[in-house]
Amino acid sequence: MLTPDDWQAIGLTLKVAATTTAILLVLGVPLAWWLATSRSVWRHPVGALVALPFVLPPSVLGFYVLVALGPNGPVGQWTQAMGWGLLTFSFSGLVVASVFYSLPFMVQPVLTAMQSLNPRALEAAATLRASPLDRFFTVVLPLCRPGLIAGVVMAFAHTVGEFGVVLMVGGNIPGVTRTVSVQIYDHVEALQYGDAHRLAALMLAFAFCVLLVLQLVQRRATGPRP
Amino acid sequence: MFSRHLRLFLSTAALLLASWSAQAAQATVAVAANFAEPLRALAAVLEKTTGHRLEIVVGATGRLYAQIANGAPFDLFLAADQATVAKAESEGLTAPGSRFLYATGQLVLWSARPDLVDKQGQVLRQDGWRRLAVANPRTAPYGAAAMQTLAQLGLTQALAPRLVQGESIAQTYNFAHTGNAELAFVALSQVLEGGRLKSGSMWVVPAQYHEPIRQDAVLLKRGARNEAARALVKLMQSPAGQDLIRSFGYTF
Repeated sequence: MLTPDDWQAIGLTLKVAATTTAILLVLGVPLAWWLATSRSVWRHPVGALVALPFVLPPSVLGFYVLVALGPNGPVGQWTQAMGWGLLTFSFSGLVVASVFYSLPFMVQPVLTAMQSLNPRALEAAATLRASPLDRFFTVVLPLCRPGLIAGVVMAFAHTVGEFGVVLMVGGNIPGVTRTVSVQIYDHVEALQYGDAHRLAALMLAFAFCVLLVLQLVQRRATGPRP
Repeated sequence: MFSRHLRLFLSTAALLLASWSAQAAQATVAVAANFAEPLRALAAVLEKTTGHRLEIVVGATGRLYAQIANGAPFDLFLAADQATVAKAESEGLTAPGSRFLYATGQLVLWSARPDLVDKQGQVLRQDGWRRLAVANPRTAPYGAAAMQTLAQLGLTQALAPRLVQGESIAQTYNFAHTGNAELAFVALSQVLEGGRLKSGSMWVVPAQYHEPIRQDAVLLKRGARNEAARALVKLMQSPAGQDLIRSFGYTF
């Protein structure tokens, strides 16, 4: 039913989303903890910075990424000096852009969960002489599990659904930067509506399932415990 | 007394307004990205001489066609090929008998770097560059011509890993202009200014490497009676209009 190109696009999209989500888990969870607990004057500007992709059009992010990662951009000059070459039109470049673009979708649910933690649980752990790191892993993270799951699911799904940024910095290379959303756009432009329909329906079903799972997770977290 | 003056003023104003709106119409023109600059120049001439105004929508030929087929409110379609226009005609989307060739395009290999592209295009066989941008050959005729050129040169396989695609010839030029792609196949009209190369370096691709890029225009159903659209067609077919089009690197 789907063409080999379509399967390649699906495989690539999952790879980009999985890599992005893994990076976001490592970066986003400590960042959320810092935002939840810090009293630094920087926490509000940083919080606003993290939330920017919620409101910025993808064309703005795509434009800045294209210019910044390009040969004359600050990041581009740095990556070239490091001997990595340019990141535009590459898998790594796509992941870098996606990490920025999906950052708030990871941080926000985790942050909300952390802010609603009962401080008494942490105090109790502290009186039992658990170190701060110990408390973070044995108390904070387990109690924030619904928020973590929501963050992972949303970051993954949002990266899968990314379009504008990929279109602007990807260069539409099969197997490298041609993700499902770009492939659908390509089919539509070439008037291959049949091909477009099949992939689009798949995306629709995927998005629905993701949101359904999310609702179930959240219901289990907030509903009565067995 | 006062009311008579007011009445006179109002009726004169209404008369002026009516005659102005009869003269100055407005049309929406869908144009293939390669011809966006020449069309802006033509629109300026048209507005100065007739008062008619043009709304310009730029895109890849294939995308514009898909929009027209789905009811986009365009009056005139300037494509980058003939096949797409013929298709629109056969689907009954156009004003019968209004199709005409308005330009033949010129493909160039261009780089933002002034020293990279040589006069024979040998750079394609050499190292010293990483990415070659072409327009999506499925939707952009200049992209199809670029792929034909690579095939003629026997470089399709060798260069495949270095190709990146722009969704239109405009994005393709943008990739090269920002330096993200060192090389790009674009339209001559994009890199010329006042008949001279704006910047960078280029190779004008000889005609025998690809099918000629004959570009057709057609009045769409909606624009059949649009004064502004008809005036633009007339301008494009006049010697002055054709000279203007030629100055952007096109032939006929």
